[in-house]
Amino acid sequence: MTLQTNSSLQTELLEVSIGPQHPSTHGVFRLNAVLDGETVVKLKPVMGYLHRNHEQLAENMPYLASMPYTDRLDYLCSMTNNFAYALAVEKLAGIDVPERAQYLRVLMAELTRLVNHSLLVGFLLNDLGAWFTPVFYAFREREKILDFFEAVAGSRMMCNYFRFGGVKADLPEGALEQVKKIVQNYPRFLDEFERLLAGNEILRSRCQNTGILPKDLAVNASITGPMLRASGVNYDIRKADAYSIYDRFDFKIPLGMVGDVYDRYYVRVLEMRESVKILEQVLKQIPGKGDILSAKGLQAGRAPRMWKPPAGDAYGRIESPKGELGFYLVSDGSPKPYRYHVRPPSFVNLTILEDMCLGQKIADAVIILGSVDIVLGEVDR
Amino acid sequence: MFGWGIFKGMLVTLWNFLLTYFYPKKGIFTVQYPEKKIPVAQRYRNFPFLVYDGTPHMIRCVACKICEAECPPKCIYIVPEKDPEGKVLKKPAVFDIDYAICMNCGICEEVCPFDSIYMDHEYELSKYQRTEDLMAHKEELLKPWEHFAKIRPLDFERIEAKRAAKNAKAKPAAPAESSAQKPGPGLIPPRQGQEK
Repeated sequence: MTLQTNSSLQTELLEVSIGPQHPSTHGVFRLNAVLDGETVVKLKPVMGYLHRNHEQLAENMPYLASMPYTDRLDYLCSMTNNFAYALAVEKLAGIDVPERAQYLRVLMAELTRLVNHSLLVGFLLNDLGAWFTPVFYAFREREKILDFFEAVAGSRMMCNYFRFGGVKADLPEGALEQVKKIVQNYPRFLDEFERLLAGNEILRSRCQNTGILPKDLAVNASITGPMLRASGVNYDIRKADAYSIYDRFDFKIPLGMVGDVYDRYYVRVLEMRESVKILEQVLKQIPGKGDILSAKGLQAGRAPRMWKPPAGDAYGRIESPKGELGFYLVSDGSPKPYRYHVRPPSFVNLTILEDMCLGQKIADAVIILGSVDIVLGEVDR
Repeated sequence: MFGWGIFKGMLVTLWNFLLTYFYPKKGIFTVQYPEKKIPVAQRYRNFPFLVYDGTPHMIRCVACKICEAECPPKCIYIVPEKDPEGKVLKKPAVFDIDYAICMNCGICEEVCPFDSIYMDHEYELSKYQRTEDLMAHKEELLKPWEHFAKIRPLDFERIEAKRAAKNAKAKPAAPAESSAQKPGPGLIPPRQGQEK
């Protein structure tokens, strides 16, 4: 295969397969790139190496039994996965959630957003060549949040904390002080992170105007989450379809202007500041005592094998750190879902990868992939 | 000025270096693992264990098979004990948990109506041989109730109070019940939410 380039030299295209075992692919993921020199001419993402049959598994087990499996979708933010699934089932069965549990849910979801975004920024810098210093700064802060998750939910990453109609357990003694301390100290970390990175000329020249995603293309490709907002589209499900109690909090939605890698990085940094703002409001407003599981939810959790939601279908969606995470459930009135479908943000955001990478250098394709923010557990399910 | 941003970033790393060098308590450090261990949270859950009161013969599990059915990856296997006449007893003869399959979700603990299975804090489970499997049998799973009190004191108090209330309620009713109709061995008491 030859290609007539502008110069009179005839060059041959080179096909390169990056992955599935490659540090820059963030998991088992393969990029089939066709290169002209160093420029990407064609790029095909190959996925499915981590396929675990999640949907079919869930269709063959009771509703609650899928909850621990949703942890394993996007293993960095198991709390938000739980959240979306719990919302879908609650919609299906008409379960209400007590006040305190709502606040606990939002608390967990926003802490998860902090974890995810700070990790993403760290790993993006890893792809850029800032070998592990930013990641370890992010890990240092994440460690404190994961300790809190362990104290509350029992596990650092596979939390399995949400239940239909509430959450599994109340905060243990001293946990509220722990999370207050985390939230107080987080802005200081964000400032430090910004001083470390935002002004860096190398980071700017590599990221700015790289992998531009135009507004209309982003909307047409149904991109969601920080990636869409970096392209300048004001769409956040927390505002657009305020689930849980997000309508009570005062926060802004940061938007990008260009839609390049730098915008995608910076939108996430700003989003972390907004998350801290939400967390401060949560900690101020959270009721001191109260139920954490509604009566209907208690019934659903006591014998999951016997519990049957009414026939019908429901779609529960949330703004997960990566975008719109939705669970579509169809029930035929039996204890197992008739159809269980996940709308994973990582997977949908990944479909646009080729359009962003065309004409860029192969080294930039790696950071564009990094800025998409994928977790392969969620892409392949 | 070009390079000023990089310089400012370097100052941050320098500051962190100095801070952790002179005030070691300010940072998070590698723990020399096999010698030192980080204490885990009380609610930390890893693999389940079976509770017995007093001696290992007084096993609390009644082989009702609820956890076996509810376990999402189906890692529990129970066979109830039978007496010589073939009558099923309220006791497990076989209680196996395959640690290779278990995913530490803690649902068995939540659904058990007899407070007999709980998540343990044990996390050092590696085997020295490839051929050794991770199947834990009843003998290895059994741990005294005091062990639970040691690892999760707060939950222990709560569960003890619940059990005491349950016993106080059950005792006055017991004589009347025994004369009228005695529940057969291995019969699962009806639970809330199951009537429908």
